[in-house]
Amino acid sequence: MAIAELSLYQQAVLLLAGLIALTSFLMLGQSRLVRLVLVFAIQGILLAATTAMVAYALDFPHLFISAGLSFLLKGILIPIMLQRLIYRMGLHRELDTIEHPARVMMGGAFLMVFSYYVSLPVVAHSPLVTLNAIAVSLAVVLLGMLLMITRRQAVAHVVGFMSIENGLFFAAVVSTYGMPMVVELGVAADVLVAAVVFGVFFFQIRESIDSLDVDRLSKLSEADKP
Amino acid sequence: MAWLMAILQTLLFISLAPLLSGWIKRVKCRLQNRKAPSLFQPYRDLRKLYRKQPIVPHPASWIFRAAPYIVFASTVLAASIVPLVAINLPTARIADVIVLVGFFALGRTFLVLAGMDIGTAFGGMGSSREMTISSLAEPAMLMAVFTLAMSAHTTNLSQAMNFVLDTGLVLRPSFVFAVGGLILVAIAETGRIPVDNPATHLELTMIHEAMILEYSGRWLALIEWASQIKLMIYGVLIANIFFPWGIAQTFTLNALGLGLGMIVLKLAVLTVVLALFEALFAKMRIFRVQEYLSFAYLLSVLGMLSHIILEAAR
Amino acid sequence: MIAVYLILLIPLAGMVILGLVADSRRAGWINVRCNAWALAASVWLAVDVLIHGPQLSSGQLLYIDSFNVYLVALTAFVGLTTSIFSGPYMAHEQEAGRVNARRLRLYYAMYQGFMLAMYLVLTTNNMGVLWVAMEGATLATVLLVSLYRTPESVEAAWKYFILCGVGIALALFGTVLLYFAAEQKLGIGGNALLWTVLHENAAALEPNIMRLAFVFLLVGYGTKIGLVPLHNWLPDAHSEGPTPMSAILSGLLLNDALYAVVRCKMLVDGSLGTHTAGYLMMGFGLVSFLVAALFLHRQTDIKRLFSYSSIEHMGLMTFAFGIGSPWATFAALFHMTTHSLTKSAIFVTVGHAAQLAGTQRMTKIRGLILTQPAIGWGLLIGTVAIAGFPPFGVFASEFLVLIATMRDYPWLTPLLLIGIGIAFAGLFRHLQTMVYGDIPEGQTAIPANLWPVMIHLALVLWLGLSIPGFLGNWFSQATQLISGASPF
Repeated sequence: MAIAELSLYQQAVLLLAGLIALTSFLMLGQSRLVRLVLVFAIQGILLAATTAMVAYALDFPHLFISAGLSFLLKGILIPIMLQRLIYRMGLHRELDTIEHPARVMMGGAFLMVFSYYVSLPVVAHSPLVTLNAIAVSLAVVLLGMLLMITRRQAVAHVVGFMSIENGLFFAAVVSTYGMPMVVELGVAADVLVAAVVFGVFFFQIRESIDSLDVDRLSKLSEADKP
Repeated sequence: MAWLMAILQTLLFISLAPLLSGWIKRVKCRLQNRKAPSLFQPYRDLRKLYRKQPIVPHPASWIFRAAPYIVFASTVLAASIVPLVAINLPTARIADVIVLVGFFALGRTFLVLAGMDIGTAFGGMGSSREMTISSLAEPAMLMAVFTLAMSAHTTNLSQAMNFVLDTGLVLRPSFVFAVGGLILVAIAETGRIPVDNPATHLELTMIHEAMILEYSGRWLALIEWASQIKLMIYGVLIANIFFPWGIAQTFTLNALGLGLGMIVLKLAVLTVVLALFEALFAKMRIFRVQEYLSFAYLLSVLGMLSHIILEAAR
Repeated sequence: MIAVYLILLIPLAGMVILGLVADSRRAGWINVRCNAWALAASVWLAVDVLIHGPQLSSGQLLYIDSFNVYLVALTAFVGLTTSIFSGPYMAHEQEAGRVNARRLRLYYAMYQGFMLAMYLVLTTNNMGVLWVAMEGATLATVLLVSLYRTPESVEAAWKYFILCGVGIALALFGTVLLYFAAEQKLGIGGNALLWTVLHENAAALEPNIMRLAFVFLLVGYGTKIGLVPLHNWLPDAHSEGPTPMSAILSGLLLNDALYAVVRCKMLVDGSLGTHTAGYLMMGFGLVSFLVAALFLHRQTDIKRLFSYSSIEHMGLMTFAFGIGSPWATFAALFHMTTHSLTKSAIFVTVGHAAQLAGTQRMTKIRGLILTQPAIGWGLLIGTVAIAGFPPFGVFASEFLVLIATMRDYPWLTPLLLIGIGIAFAGLFRHLQTMVYGDIPEGQTAIPANLWPVMIHLALVLWLGLSIPGFLGNWFSQATQLISGASPF
């Protein structure tokens, strides 16, 4: 269906989907870690808003719980944890320089087109109105991976990882109106534990190589060592 | 009859442009807690300049003399295409938005040539900077325009506005991105902060002003007026394409009056936003302008992509 | 069905208790006892399923059929023997100063946590919970890989976490697509993610979506299996963690990831009708097999050597499951068992050898058979077994895979043979000097409990000579389930 034929709430869902894709792109271009985490928090909040909008517009009350959960976890809890870690490690003044930002952005646009192409067969035979956004959700996943590839700071890797989870949650919301509650809770628990473990990891990495630049973690390799 | 309306609208357009400049200056001054000059000061400035004798530097060629007229003429033609108070005017039917971009390009080319014509260092510097910025800004603007065109299935401005009016209030992600991209491009093309400071007196930081440093008298008046009209064109484009409600679709006196009132209101709001933007941000260093413009391009591309992915009918 | 609840509750209780126990020796004993009870429960469950057939728990949350029950028993068995080995081994490490009491507490608690995740992966009926448990297994072990806190182990753990995490995220996307395809036909609700329900209605699911979902699921869970080119975390994680961790990661986690892929393949085959899923698995499996065999020659660290051997064997198993014929499936199931037993035995021996020589570098390990014959012979026999020598079980399963390939894809058989040959050469060129060389100075025997190794190798030998009746029955029932026909 063309967008003009949808109800206002459904249009709002698609609009929020577009904004979520924008936050993914913004994360690609952020060189300061504090702002990166802030944009990630905005993405989490937008995600919660989209879920709530879908719950309201298409009448799925159990999605309100998912919306609240993702708002708490991804909009508030994990960003606060990451911010505290950044300040504790003194990283808030460092600049994680991105080499070739223009190339990264072009790569991001290409990934968006690619995910649209990949999701074409999924969208073709379905009457669900919000399904157009599944290409956006796959794009968010792939952009999260691109974020991880183009950065050297471990904190940026974690933000990319969490952004991938955001994209997956978004995919579940727009295509299946939320996974069963037990799965949602399990995934949320996994994400939370992962965030905690990441936090522990930062300290271990810092102790061993005295910085959080993971390019320096290169002792193990296939080449013969002298 | 319609042609008369069209000519009247164009005259109204170009005569309101200095008023818009005066209004922006007033808002900026209030934000900076200064006493503002009168709203009609730009008119007085133009009149003063017109009366003065223009001085031509020795190395000037015919380009230097002809450029102000060409710049002004192309800008006035551009202003005639853009619907101000009413759509469905015959001038709007002649040309579409790509021609509009072409008009801007024509004016810009001659201005750039004039800047280099004298052979001064500042003129050349201004010209090269201007070309850099516009070579990055034009794709962004075109992409934003194409996004609109894909929804409206036409590049003609008045038909596009008709389309938006007919479909009512639709929240299109592509429009949100396109308006974002277009605003950023407008700031770059009209030479406002954070790309270029129009009130600067430091030549090394100038872009637009550096090209016209050697102009005086009526030529300077024409060029200044042209840049004011250009700012108004961008403002009217943004206001009327994306929020066209209130524009006159018929030629009755009521509709025209409402159209005039609405556009004045929209421009007033837009200029407050612009003034806030200028007050909050510092001018960027020149090498960062490319990041800014690639962001504008990114927004426009995202708008295009969201149109295809999210909005198009399957 | 009480048995299956017990199997899940015992590790859960064990994890909680071990989190509180501070004394490492007692923790080791509690660990062993938990595993022993879990083994007893799994045997009870196995008998139950053998007699009564596939069982579904109330609420359809847990499902046991012949495919996963033997994997549950195998997991419990290997978990038990490894924990018997791990008690004194970790005590020795603590004396050597490589771990302290706090880290050992985390180790034992996460051991049981890992076992819980494994059992949950195997017994759950819900594809979403399968994913949650798989990710849980990663989370449980990631802090254990960096237990020694050396720079290399921290790097290995970080690689493991990031690569497996990202890979598994793709598997979640595949699960979402699966759920989406199911919801279209089965309606919204928890039922659409249940494997039993999906298997029944597989033919009704939209083929395009299922194909896309399978690609994501294969890539995602394939990262955890260690398929090339997603294998980069495996040699690091298996070699830098403590030896018991390497043993259970190699022996158990890889199997369970493969189990998840095969379950998905069963659904996709029902929906697509063509052999696409099988071809994908064959492709990945064959590439992993050959690449890993080549990499074996370049290794300088003994644990990395055997990790690549794990990748090679998992590639072979994926290839066999991909072929999909009854013989190939039977061979793959058999190989899962023999590989798991042999590999965990090898890692135990390797751990002792490294302790003996004080290093993991193969150029520095010499003369094992002279210093401590038990370790030397254990390593020799283990490597002989894993390289595929008769009469060990690995030979029998590899032979069956070759027969199955010759039947359906004869042109691939030379590749397999070449791969087996290269792997054999790779393993033995390193092994020769390690076992038989001159003893370096100051190398003395260490206290070692090699009973688990001997039991495992004896079992593998027994399986190679003759498969016991009930086991053969089990395998053929599972083969029937997976490929639709029995090999006999």
